[in-house]
Amino acid sequence: MTAPAVGPVAATVPEPSHIGGESSRRGDRVFFALTGASGVFLVLTIVAIGAFLVVQAIPALRDNTSNFLTTKEFLPEADSPSFGIAVLAFGTVLTSVVAMFLAVPVALGVAIFVTQYAPRRLAGFLGGLVDLLAAVPSVVYGLWGVAFLNRHLQPFNKDLHDNLGFIPFFGDTGDRYGKSILLASLVLAIMVLPIIAALTREVLLQIPTALTEAALALGATRWEAIRTAVLPPSAPGIVSAIMLGLGRALGETIAVALVLGTTPALTAKILGPGGNTIAANIAAKFGEYAESGRGALIATGLVLFVITFAVNAVARGIVVRSARKRLA
Amino acid sequence: MTTASLTSSVRPTRSLSTSVLSGLGVVAVLVGPGAAALTGSSGIGLTAVFSALAYLVLAPTAVLVVQGRRAAVDRLFTTLAWGSFLLALVPLVAVVALVVKNGAARFDANFLTHSMRGIGPRDADGGAYHAIMGTLEQVGLASLIAIPIGLLAAIYVVEHGRGRLVSAVQFVTDVMTGVPSIVAGLFVFTFWVLALGQGFSGLAASLSLAILMLPTVVRTTEVVLSLVPDSLREASLALGVPRWKTVTKVVLPTAASGITTGVVLAIARVTGETAPLLLTALNFDSINLNPLKGQQAGLPSFVFAQAGQPQQTAIDRAWAGALTLLLLVLILNLVARLVARRTRLKG
Repeated sequence: MTAPAVGPVAATVPEPSHIGGESSRRGDRVFFALTGASGVFLVLTIVAIGAFLVVQAIPALRDNTSNFLTTKEFLPEADSPSFGIAVLAFGTVLTSVVAMFLAVPVALGVAIFVTQYAPRRLAGFLGGLVDLLAAVPSVVYGLWGVAFLNRHLQPFNKDLHDNLGFIPFFGDTGDRYGKSILLASLVLAIMVLPIIAALTREVLLQIPTALTEAALALGATRWEAIRTAVLPPSAPGIVSAIMLGLGRALGETIAVALVLGTTPALTAKILGPGGNTIAANIAAKFGEYAESGRGALIATGLVLFVITFAVNAVARGIVVRSARKRLA
Repeated sequence: MTTASLTSSVRPTRSLSTSVLSGLGVVAVLVGPGAAALTGSSGIGLTAVFSALAYLVLAPTAVLVVQGRRAAVDRLFTTLAWGSFLLALVPLVAVVALVVKNGAARFDANFLTHSMRGIGPRDADGGAYHAIMGTLEQVGLASLIAIPIGLLAAIYVVEHGRGRLVSAVQFVTDVMTGVPSIVAGLFVFTFWVLALGQGFSGLAASLSLAILMLPTVVRTTEVVLSLVPDSLREASLALGVPRWKTVTKVVLPTAASGITTGVVLAIARVTGETAPLLLTALNFDSINLNPLKGQQAGLPSFVFAQAGQPQQTAIDRAWAGALTLLLLVLILNLVARLVARRTRLKG
């Protein structure tokens, strides 16, 4: 093959019509205007979510005869509406926090196992297996929880109370055999476990293997290498993964609506039914309420939106800050 | 930690063989039922817990005696890591097995071709045809809305690189990922149903599902697009191709399989969403194939409604519905994985 004669060839190539011309600049402008508009749309959506919830919650809050933040009862459809978020907010936080205690150690263990202990060739497959846990719809977990797990958890609840009843959390609720807070938290834990595990796995994979190998070469055991070389630089990412899991648990609706026994009381005894969560309360009451009741539900939804927004923003802040520190 | 202390406390010349450890495992399995019997319980759950605890004590103790403290700590955490992984698989296996077992009872032609019109909770018949059609329409419409907007927004972020709107979009995407599905449903109710007076419909459900899809689509597309090497873009631009054609003809095709994976996973995620449906499409017992008008059932809301009934006939329908839903979601996940395998971009 002979080398092409560059000069003459270039000269005979006709200038393509799309180079630099007016039409291509217009194409660029239209295209990037479209992409920019989509970006703006995204930003407007989140603003609209907040704005519409506020606007629609105001009439119900104005008619409310009690303090919205401290009242325990939830009677928005009474002649003189009286409702508050105290029981709901407490129930939301309690079920989620208990769920985090159950899920976080296992999730971290899973992430460490998949990235550090599992055979290299199987790691991707095993990680995917845990990811499948996140694919199961929440209503399926709810059904499983209420029709299967509930029955099998009751003897365990009884054992826990009989042996550890002196701890206030495991105290007598009068009804140890129903749909307990522990059941709801356990189902929530199963649901957030794959999320935390997957996010943590991504964080751990960012750590260069050279660091671990260096530690091992210095005579550290496998665990010492993980503890000294892998975990410290991953800490911000892991905290953020936990926060994101918490956000998911706080907002979970359907599974909790199916498995949590509700009471109008404020209780921290996790072996019995307890309160309700904001999200589950909305799902349960929306169908039966008329305008005023739905307004009250929107007000509680607004609180949930603010809480989850804050949790997610903090999680993001942690990651962004640690990334900036690494660059600096 | 100094080198001296690292070498002094580990005695690698004497390490426990795998056979000794598996022997301890057998002992632990035998100890479990005994310990469980002492508490007066013979449930398989408690037995497994005690067996696991026994191994967790036995194995590190044996290592401690033979090899020393540091090796024992290492053995303890190795056991914990393996244990966490196996523990995490228990609910996966338990849920899938039970859904398949209980769902099979009513998962038949009658279930797939009939609605719940005129069927009481006590009746043995009735099916999810109306709900399956509703879900397909709602998820389809949601995809039509969310995929183009999500793709364009991601292109904006990646191809522009910096700027105030870019960081705003990135921030909103992150925060939107965490918006609870019930809040998305409430928003569509306040906006679409109350403010615009559009009424409950399948389309309203699609809008809320689209809100839940958007952040996932933007996120994954953003990640995949940024993996496309800049040299490809530069080569295209150097040939005089305008930017928009560079993006649509060079960048997007290169990233196609990765984007498809993300989009299919986003679809799978919203297919199982129940909460928003309850506030936007409500639920409906009869067939309504028009997503633009009137209440419409969805598969998740069907399962939720049936699971809330005390009658066994309704619970059976719920299990069959759950099986249908699980099959749908797992197939979507499988498709996503298969597409991901063909990717040319490695992260």
